[in-house]
Amino acid sequence: METTPAVSAGRDGSSAVPSGGYARNDLPEALTPEQLAAQWEAEKPPAAGALANVGSSLVVLGVGVGALILSVAMGLGTPGAPQPGLWPFMISCVVVALGLFQLILGRRNRDGEKFTRMSFAPLTGLATLAAMVALMPMIGFEIPALVLCIIWMRFLGGETWRSTLVVSALVVASFYGIFVLALGTSIPHLF
Amino acid sequence: MDFLNPVINGFSVVLEPTNLLYCLVGVVIGMLIGVLPGLGPAATIAILLPLTYGVEPVTAIIMLAGIFYGAQYGGTITSVLLRLPGEASSVVTVFDGYQMARQGRAGTALGLAAIGSFVGGTAAIIGLTFLAPLVASFALDFGPPEYSALALLGILLVATISSGAKAKALIAAAIGLLLATVGRDMFTGESRFTFGSLQLADGIDFVPIAMGIFGLGEILYNLEERHRAAKAPSKVSNVWPSKGDLKQASGAVGRGSVLGFFLGILPGGGATIASMASYAMEKKRAKQPERFGKGAPEGVAGPETANNAAATSSFIPLLTLGIPANATMALMFGALLIQGVTPGPQLVEQNPELFWGVVNSMYIGNILLLIMSLPLVGIFVRILRVRAAILAPITALITLLGAYTINNSMFDVTLVVVFGVVGYLMKKFGFEPGPLVLAFVLGELLENSLRRSLLVFGGDPTGFLTRPISATLLLVFVLVAVLPGIRSLMAKRKGAAPAGTTNKIEEKV
Repeated sequence: METTPAVSAGRDGSSAVPSGGYARNDLPEALTPEQLAAQWEAEKPPAAGALANVGSSLVVLGVGVGALILSVAMGLGTPGAPQPGLWPFMISCVVVALGLFQLILGRRNRDGEKFTRMSFAPLTGLATLAAMVALMPMIGFEIPALVLCIIWMRFLGGETWRSTLVVSALVVASFYGIFVLALGTSIPHLF
Repeated sequence: MDFLNPVINGFSVVLEPTNLLYCLVGVVIGMLIGVLPGLGPAATIAILLPLTYGVEPVTAIIMLAGIFYGAQYGGTITSVLLRLPGEASSVVTVFDGYQMARQGRAGTALGLAAIGSFVGGTAAIIGLTFLAPLVASFALDFGPPEYSALALLGILLVATISSGAKAKALIAAAIGLLLATVGRDMFTGESRFTFGSLQLADGIDFVPIAMGIFGLGEILYNLEERHRAAKAPSKVSNVWPSKGDLKQASGAVGRGSVLGFFLGILPGGGATIASMASYAMEKKRAKQPERFGKGAPEGVAGPETANNAAATSSFIPLLTLGIPANATMALMFGALLIQGVTPGPQLVEQNPELFWGVVNSMYIGNILLLIMSLPLVGIFVRILRVRAAILAPITALITLLGAYTINNSMFDVTLVVVFGVVGYLMKKFGFEPGPLVLAFVLGELLENSLRRSLLVFGGDPTGFLTRPISATLLLVFVLVAVLPGIRSLMAKRKGAAPAGTTNKIEEKV
């Protein structure tokens, strides 16, 4: 496990500027809480703009309106004798109201995060997860898990090839040991 | 002495070897995830939910609780040594803890934090022991109307107190309620929102939602974050604080225990808020407030005590009212439901072994954590060197394979991945995932009690106002819902454009 501290060297190629900058900042220095808070604020990913707010509000509205229509179709009834649709109808109304509120008044909020070049990492991660879900029933979990480990460590994490291969093999072997040999679960496995 | 009998019986539950083992496992995992970058206690508990299927309810909750309060201990270590808070509740510890480390007093800071955490945790357990049965007996005559009001208030408080946009947190909560309606309607037996899918006919399970939104969502989100590579010191010496240090910090520890205990009980409160409140209070009380931020021992001891006390006392609303006070407690609620135990006021009476077993296990857990944070702290400091890049795929695989083992079905695994994407996107767009999971857990209870009360009231919603407790709770609900709007309107009148930015920083701090 204890290999060379290749983290910073490996990452510099793929990562954004702040990680390198942070390492330098980490030398002993005096920072007041206010400065520290400001530094954390500055290191945060860029805030998403108005478009993100419009988009997410529209998704919320879509879900709300969809649920509204479906719950009306289920029948509302009266408060004293409710049909299945009444409670979902009430919630959908709240969702629609909040979605409208967010669409109109939330424009200037800056609490979302922009998608940056770094967002390819979760996308790649998701692709490997989806591939694993698709392949597991067919060829068992071992090979997809090994590939997932290698991609996550080498390409998303910037580990060295050596530590990637050693750790990935160890991880898959121990999962096999735990889930298949020790616990005897019915997880699809090849070997 | 009748009161103490079940308490003492609880100890015999804790001392069963299995329970002791799971308590140890829980606190070690908690300590580890506190130290390691990335996952927080809520995500870890969500990922490990499948582990609890095969064991007794009391054993499961003992372990999950251990993870929760163990993380409060572990989070301190990275705050002090690396200036990177391991947990949100250790953020304020950074200010003075890291300065103490720079002055070569890292050991003292860690030692004070550990002792403070121990005192705060133990004080809160004692408080819980006496307060919880009282609250529970008060709540025994709660009927459906009171429960509807309480659940509504709980969801609203958790949504509005969370950091970030309130409207978005409320949207998340409403979506959570909507997700809870998927499946069979309990009153008429009709299917709702199943789109003809047989797998959805019984509703969506809590575990895939929690594992996806909290667990996988956070793993994906962390992939994007820059891994802050900081060099960990290899050795920390002298973790035993001197008498002078202890004397200086004792006031802060005492005040932190009380403050944390009460803030932990409030819905939406909890460890993070308690630690911030304690730091602010210590700074205000100090004779030389300028020492804070420059390595004041009280600035470490107070918040660390408070966050641990709050972590413990936040079990009170869950175990006595059946209302989780925060997202982590919502996971405990879900874990208990899986086990066929419905948390509520009858829990103390009907299930004393479970109640007192869990409460008393916390004494043991805190002692174990004290040992791990003082003599054994060196081991955990060494673990700081494990890199996030190696941990991420391991946790992702644990999540996927664990999800499979729940029902031996790939459908659950698919659900986890789908909700993982939802959780990631929610974080990206500034929607808190906590309120969604909390509302999902409470959704069924809320609809049930709402419909039952309306049946009792003959369909007249004003009936809620005729009962004193439900009326009071609803009044508080309205106040909480309306006040922020009024306040922000008034702030806008005063022409405070910069107010938004300072607010942001305060929340972060």
